[in-house]
Formats: sequence, structure tokens, C-alpha cells
Amino acid sequence: MKMQENTYSKHNFEECMKCTVCTVYCPVLQVNPLYPGPKQAGPDGERLRLKDPFFFNYALKYCMNCKRCEVACPSGVNVADLIQAARIKYDHSAPKLRDRILASTDLMGSLARPFAPIVNGVTRLGVTKTVLDATLQIDAHRSFPKYSGRSFEAWLRRHEKEQATFPEQVAYFHGCYVNYNYPQLGKDLVKVLNALGVGVQLLDKEKCCGIAMITNGMSQQATRHAEHNTAQLRKAVGRGLRIVSTSSTCTLTLREEYPNLLGVDNADIRDSLTMATRFIYEKLEKGATLRFRPDFHKRIAYHTPCHLERLGWGIFSEKLLRMIPGVEFTLLDSACCGIAGTYGFKKENYTASQAIGEPLFQQIRSVNPDVVACDCETCKWQIEMSSGYPVANPVSILAEALEV
Amino acid sequence: MRFDTVIIGGGLAGLTAGLSLQKAGRSCAIVSTGQNALHFFSGTFESIEEVPERMAGLFSEAGVRLHYQNGVRLMPLGSFRPAALALDDVDIFPQPAFSRKALIVSIAGYQDFFPAFLAEGLEKQGTQCRIHLLQLPEMAQLMQSPSEMRSVQIARTMDRVWEKIVREIRLLLKDEDTVILPQVFGLQDTTVPGRIRESIPARVVFSGTLPPSVPGIRTQQQLKRRYEVLGGNYLSGDEVIQAHVHEGIVHSVVTRNLDSHYLEADHFILASGAYFSKGLRSNPTRIFEPVFDLDVEAAEDRNAWYDADFAAGQPYMQFGVRTDSALRALRQGEAFKNLYAIGSVLGATRPEFGSGAGLAIRSAFAATDQILQSSQK
Repeated sequence: MKMQENTYSKHNFEECMKCTVCTVYCPVLQVNPLYPGPKQAGPDGERLRLKDPFFFNYALKYCMNCKRCEVACPSGVNVADLIQAARIKYDHSAPKLRDRILASTDLMGSLARPFAPIVNGVTRLGVTKTVLDATLQIDAHRSFPKYSGRSFEAWLRRHEKEQATFPEQVAYFHGCYVNYNYPQLGKDLVKVLNALGVGVQLLDKEKCCGIAMITNGMSQQATRHAEHNTAQLRKAVGRGLRIVSTSSTCTLTLREEYPNLLGVDNADIRDSLTMATRFIYEKLEKGATLRFRPDFHKRIAYHTPCHLERLGWGIFSEKLLRMIPGVEFTLLDSACCGIAGTYGFKKENYTASQAIGEPLFQQIRSVNPDVVACDCETCKWQIEMSSGYPVANPVSILAEALEV
Repeated sequence: MRFDTVIIGGGLAGLTAGLSLQKAGRSCAIVSTGQNALHFFSGTFESIEEVPERMAGLFSEAGVRLHYQNGVRLMPLGSFRPAALALDDVDIFPQPAFSRKALIVSIAGYQDFFPAFLAEGLEKQGTQCRIHLLQLPEMAQLMQSPSEMRSVQIARTMDRVWEKIVREIRLLLKDEDTVILPQVFGLQDTTVPGRIRESIPARVVFSGTLPPSVPGIRTQQQLKRRYEVLGGNYLSGDEVIQAHVHEGIVHSVVTRNLDSHYLEADHFILASGAYFSKGLRSNPTRIFEPVFDLDVEAAEDRNAWYDADFAAGQPYMQFGVRTDSALRALRQGEAFKNLYAIGSVLGATRPEFGSGAGLAIRSAFAATDQILQSSQK
């Protein structure tokens, strides 16, 4: 008897048995009474929306898309996907100018980069923050990430020939953050992979993964990015390359959000895209070795970003960091830091964002590490701003610990 | 990735096994498909004859304090059930008539706690009851979304305002010897229930609510944190979808999230729960165990799976995977050499281990004892 065909439901929503476990783990529900919670916004609401779109609730915009409801669900319901899919399907209001600006990370990056010193100076001014707060409702407590004067792509192109000499090759989906704001992380990855005998290539042309567009009501633009990036990844896979990323959110978006929310089929290339930490761990497991500095010593507290938790790959970052001699490792309780990409930048979300992250900040202060390790760029901004502790990607910590 | 033991299931059985093994220096990975039955835990165990000291010891290292005595516990609807071991904020009474006069206090708008039912049950035992609903301005925020007036959301507020509630109860209290409160205290700060008891001049009883269970979630978080401090890996929200087996030995398992990256181990423990956690599954023709296709003790005839009387003991609750005397799981009558089945995936196939939380703990100890006797590779 073929039961599954009869019982399949999109995002598994028919599997919900109303156990309410998701509501225990929703970070937003704990701090924002305007949000109906994952059960109500997800499967319960879906039942009503299927009857009549009238039941769509605009408060679904308060969902951070952290996916913790999905990790907690004992029945395999993709609760956050249900919520985001409902927003895409039913919310046709035009996104605000602010949301369009926040979501267009690569456009903003290419505009700002040539004038990086000026832009960085201006966005740091109190008066700019006040103006942005008053005009665009971008919260004045936030600092925009600094732009780098030289893009990562330009740097890697200058090292193309040297990278081509390595016997094994991978393609790197660097994402907007590495390209425009923090090329050092990309350079750190190149250093570690080179030490493993692996050369790094760019994709022919990558665009922003589009996650911020999905969550800011710009799904059409996001779909165009998804189609573009998927075609780029397909070309790289065609050349026999695997693709690595240093961002947990880019990875989740490229692998999962494209097919599940935007309907862009990536089944043929999905498994070729992986986190750099997983790629490095698997190289080491197969016998490759890294030489570490004998004098390296660091007390590291590791924070698992929500989207890495959803991918289930935090274990690779943890194992790699524990492998470095001289590291004292603490695993922080798995909890959202509250930023959720562009969410925490919005004035209306600032208070909730900080309240969500507070238990994590407190735990970091009590552990008092030299550095917090984390695979997500927006967690980095939030934790650095709110706890005062420096945050580094596990790949950067590996690079720093290497004997070269 | 290689471990000493891979545990499939992260509930009470899986965590007990993981804690015991990590403590003995064995490296473990727990694969947990979503959250588990601890979220519905009453806070008591019905019977646990042989192992209370051992269990209390293991749990106290995680900050979970237990007490034991044979007696009864108060159910959320006012009835009583046998109990032997309990979390320290959950009472075991020598007999149901534990109070002469009780003040039942709840919070206005709270949907998952039923003072009237409690009072009705207690009055049958000769306990006079008075009910009071607290009107708390701190709840106004939660009330905006009444569907979320649930135990855990309320408990988050209670951790902040419990002192104010204590002051109100002290004013309310007349000649009652007992104050009954819902179990919505001490979610984050585990000292709160004890401090409430110290500050009220009557016996304070915390009574169960509808799920999610606040003491259960606290217990889950404490056990998981301790397991991770001991170096154990807990893979949340992942699912074992396939096993690689050769000549009666499990070599590795495949998970949905790690796909081509197999989890290898010397020992495997199946602690995947019953139907709710999908450790047991059913279709119209059979009841089966989805990962290893183990032998399942179940009635052949579908009509014999359930009783039309909803409240009757349902036969399907008795079904479970078959094991040999050492809890090694059977497939086609043959025992796997390194796969143990523990907890509710056993159903009632091993009545000597009891049921529910008791079964989880006792079968976990039985399996880990055997793993610990084997030499470490």
C-alpha cells in the first residue's frame, strides 16, 4: 500500500499534532506579545489560510526565520518554512524603502566599497545614526558593518595563478560579508585550505544568497538571485568542484531555502555545497594534517548560530576547535543571539532583539573567554556589540593557530 | 565521525545512557529527532525499586535533585497515582488525604491548569478547598496573545515576579495548611520553588499542568547541559534514516543532516521512543521499527491494536521491539551484537523494567552497564 503519496503535505504541515513544543523554543514568543507564535503562525494558521487567505496575519513578519521551531518539532513539521511561505504567498504589500536597503546587501556593498573610508566614517557618526533612526527606522544603537576598501574577489583574482597550482581545487561562495566587509575571513579560509593542499577559486559571478530579500518581502528578487546562483554552482560542479562557504546562513539559503521557499530546484548540486568547517574536518578525517603553533593558547566559547543548528553541522566547528592544541573549549547553550540578519536592525525589533540575546550574553560574560567562535556574520555583530567580547569564525581561529 | 557509542534518541532514556557513558570516559553522540517526552513529564516515577541512589546520584551531578519514598502523587485533574521517586519540587504523599484545608492558587487567563477539577478531586479525600485566581498586571503582555497563555510562557514571567506572588498568598492565607500552585516556577532559576516553600507558612504543593511541562523542560535542559559539559555531542533536530549492518553488527548510521558523513561506533543504543517520537511507526497493515526493521511484538490483526473504549488500556501501548535478555535488539529472531534497545521503544515487552520514566532509566542503566563492561577500543 502506498500511504506516503496520500498523506504528503507541503512543509509536512499535516504532521503537526499540536503538542506545543515549538512554542517553548521560539525566541520571539518569549519577548514579543504581538507575535502569535510558531504553532499559531505556522500549522494552525495554515489550516485557516487554506480555507481563506483572509486569515493571513501580518504579524507573521515578526518571525525571525531562525528555524528553532523546526529543530524542536518532534513530528518533522517545517514550521518556519510554513510561515515564510505564507508571507511570500499572501503578503503583497510593497516593502518599505528601509527594508529594501537592508535587504540589498550586495548592491549596497558595491556602491559603498569604492568610498569605504568615507562611508565607514559617516555611518559611525552619531548624527547619521540619529538621522537613520528618525527617517528609516534603523535603530540608532546599531552600527553598520564597516566596508572594506578592496573586495575579496579582487584580492583572490590577484592570487588566481598561485591558487591554480594546488593539486585539489574548490570553489568558494564567499557571500556579501566576506566580499565587501571582511575579506580577512576569506583570506583565512584560503590559508587553511592551502595548508591542506587545496586551492580556492571564485564562482564565475555570485550574487547575494538573497535571504534578507526573502525575509523582507522581496521574494521575486530573491528568486532571481536563487536561479542565478544555482546556475553558477551548477557550472562549478560541472567543472568537478565542490563549493564551500564560511557563512551558515548563506549555506542554509543556497541548500534549503531555494527549493523549499523559492521553488528553485537544486537537487543535483545541493550535496556539493558544504560549510568550510565540514570540508576541512572531512579532509583531516581522511588523513590530511594541519601543523599548529606550539605556543597557541586560547579560551574559546562556541556559539552555534541558529541556521547552523538547523543544518545540524555545528559538530564540525566544535570538533575542529577542540582539535587545536592549546584551546580551552566551552560549548555555549544553544540559543538565538537575537539579531537574525536584518531583523535586529529595525527600530521596531531592537528591544526584542536584545532581550532574546540576553541569556547568551550573560553566559558569555560568565565564561569570560578570550574569543567567542561563531560561523555567522550577523551573530558576530550582535555578540560583539552586546557582550563586548570579540567574535571570530572558526576558520579564522584555525588560520591563526596554524604554523606557517 | 567515530564515537564509542551512538545513541538514537535524546529523551530521558538516551540522556541517561549518554550521561553514564560520558561520565565513564566513553565518547557519545546522541541523535535527537526533535524534542521528547520529557516535555510532558509529570516530575515523578512510578516505580524504580533497585536504582534510586544510582539515579539520584547521576542526576544530582546535573543539578537535578530527586527524592524517593513510596506513596502517591497528585494528578492535574485531582486524582492520585502511585509514585516512588520525584523531582524535588514535586511531592509524594504517603496517602491521598494529605491536607485538611487547601488554598488552590492560579493565574487569571491561564488555560492549562484546572483548579476546579483539583478541588473536586481533593474534596473526595476530605480536603476542603478554596480557589483564588491572581490578577497580575505582568500577565497583560502575555494576554495579548491568549493562545500562548501556556505553562512555559507563564513560567518565564514567574521567574521574575514570584516574590510578589508569595506576598499575595501570605495575605490570602487563612487557616489552610496547604497551598497548591501550578508547576510554573523555576524554569530558569531552579532555586525558586524551594524559596517559595520557605516563604509561605503552609505546605506548598506544585501541581502538574497540561503540557509543556515546566519541570520536565528544566530537567531536559539540565541533563543535556551536563552531558555536553562532559564532552558528549547532542545532534538536535537530526534523524537517523538508515543503518549499515554486517553480520549482526551495526557499523554506522546515516542521518538526514549529515547525509554522506556516517556516524560510526562500537556500540549503538536505540532510545527512539514510541509512536509520538516515531521510534515505532504504523501503517494500516503493520507496526514497525523504521531504522533497523527490528522484530516488533504486536498483534497481527489490526482490530486488536486498539480498544474502542477510548479510556481503556490501549493494546498498542504494549507493543514494542523485541530484545534478548541483555536488551540486545532482535531482527528475524537474531540479536544484534552491539545494538541495545531502551526506553519506550520497548513498549511493555520487558515488564520487569516497569513503564514510562522508570523503564527509560532502568533499561538505560542495564544497557550502559554492558557497554561499560566491554573493553574500550
